Amino acid sequence: MNRRVWRRWVSNGMVGLMIVAVVLAVLPLLLILLNLLVKGAGSLSVAFFTRMPVPAGETGGGVAHAIVGTLIIVGMASVIGLPFGIGAGIYCAEFPRTRLALATRFIADVMNGTPSIVVGVFAWALIVARTKQFSALAGSAALAMLMIPMVMRTTEELIKLVPNSLREAALALGYPRWRTTLSIVLRTALPGIVTGSLLAVARVAGETAPLLFTALGSQFMSLNLTEPMAALPLTVFNYAIGPYEEWHRYAWATALVLILVVLVLSLAARLATRRRFQLNG
Amino acid sequence: MTALAVPVLMGFLVYELYDGAHLAIDRFGLRFITGNVWDPVAEEFGALPLIIGTLVSSCLALLIAVPLSLGVAVYLTEFAPTAIRQPIAFLIELLAAIPSVVYGLWGIFVLIPALKSTVFPFLRETLGFLPFFQGPIYGPSMGAASIILAIMVMPFIMSVAREVLLAVPGTQREAALALGATRWEAVMSAIIPYARSGIIGAVILGLGRALGETMAVTMLIGNRNEISASLFAPGYTMAAVIANEFTEAVGDMHLAALAYVALVLFMLTVLVNAAARLLIWRVSGPAPAGGKGA
Repeated sequence: MNRRVWRRWVSNGMVGLMIVAVVLAVLPLLLILLNLLVKGAGSLSVAFFTRMPVPAGETGGGVAHAIVGTLIIVGMASVIGLPFGIGAGIYCAEFPRTRLALATRFIADVMNGTPSIVVGVFAWALIVARTKQFSALAGSAALAMLMIPMVMRTTEELIKLVPNSLREAALALGYPRWRTTLSIVLRTALPGIVTGSLLAVARVAGETAPLLFTALGSQFMSLNLTEPMAALPLTVFNYAIGPYEEWHRYAWATALVLILVVLVLSLAARLATRRRFQLNG
Repeated sequence: MTALAVPVLMGFLVYELYDGAHLAIDRFGLRFITGNVWDPVAEEFGALPLIIGTLVSSCLALLIAVPLSLGVAVYLTEFAPTAIRQPIAFLIELLAAIPSVVYGLWGIFVLIPALKSTVFPFLRETLGFLPFFQGPIYGPSMGAASIILAIMVMPFIMSVAREVLLAVPGTQREAALALGATRWEAVMSAIIPYARSGIIGAVILGLGRALGETMAVTMLIGNRNEISASLFAPGYTMAAVIANEFTEAVGDMHLAALAYVALVLFMLTVLVNAAARLLIWRVSGPAPAGGKGA
């Protein structure tokens, strides 16, 4: 009797501890969001989005250059990275047993775990060291490199979900293999692939480490891909480690903008997929 | 097709890293890993404090994150009312979407002041007899970096562990309950053992994340190149040294040494990730094992 009570108590106690764990796990998220809102929202204004940074000590600057920079760098990265990622994903899903597919899948998993700073060093060695100049393009290359394995794996998973009967129907109607893939399989999986791509874009948009010594960051508006360019995460970093109160306020506000961009992208992606597929992104 | 691009890119990555580092590899060889002097001016480089710092901060982070995330994963798969399972899992996965620079910012201005004013002094008072909790209290420190890392790694461990636990067949659980086990005993005796290698895989995957995490750690760890037992003292990690010194590196040897650090870090994470993948595939096995491919 006594033992049975004890066992029940242990069981209930453990459940209690787990609930504590859940609270502890969710707490940082709430705290971070709360702090961002409290400390960042006050500095947001129209000027913040449209104006350029001002010298330390003056007030009223903005981060327009970083917003534009992030759009350009991430946009370029998507242009480079998405086709490769999606292409490789289609290949691995349609020819899953070939040696190339096995190798590619394994390597993509390894690359997914590669620290982004290492990818940054790679992009530096590949582009910056060769051209002797920090450039937005190098930053895009680094981000594209991070996107490829992510997009590849999601694409592959989604294409595997396309029922085989669809493929067979198309083939039976006399479609060649490539047309089956392009106009039947790809089209069926398209919404999911878009979602996966959005998630990947959201993730790399927040990356700082690979941009540190590729896009470098700058204080000026730049539209030139071969020059250093500012980006939101870099701006947060530089302002946060700077010595001025004013900069810290900008850091919070910029971080708020950044996190809104990232969260909206990933929320949209997740909500759109939820109905259709069970996606682990 | 484009699939070729992935292995090619990977080969390229290894080659470029090696190429960038060969100056330092030729000069220091394996001595690089055991040396503890990092002096760019004298061109003497040893990465031991960095490697130790990376390992210590990551392991500490796991120490905090693993019990928490496993608790959450088990709770969500076994105990939680169905209505709150999805929302909580979703909230925690949102944590994974926050950019690491934002964690760093939060760490500098919220976490460090809190640790410095209350948590660290308290630890020194109560646990001061241990070497980990002695010495002067700095703001940026190994302890602060480990805590932020734990927060960042937790969602990854949690979501993989949850997947693995969901893959445990219901009969396993029912059998234990039918034999009279309490629900907790069922978890410990029937479910966890079944999912064990997958859970270990999840933890190792989290380790891989922690090892390579750069921005938040750079902002919180204090960046001092020393090995110290105290968690209150600043330290340094491999990723942080690259982030800090790469743009202002003096001379080719310095750059090569940093590329060497990147190479070491890369090797470490490849090992860790490959191990994790193999373990996870053994349990849930969605993809055909591709271990030979590497």
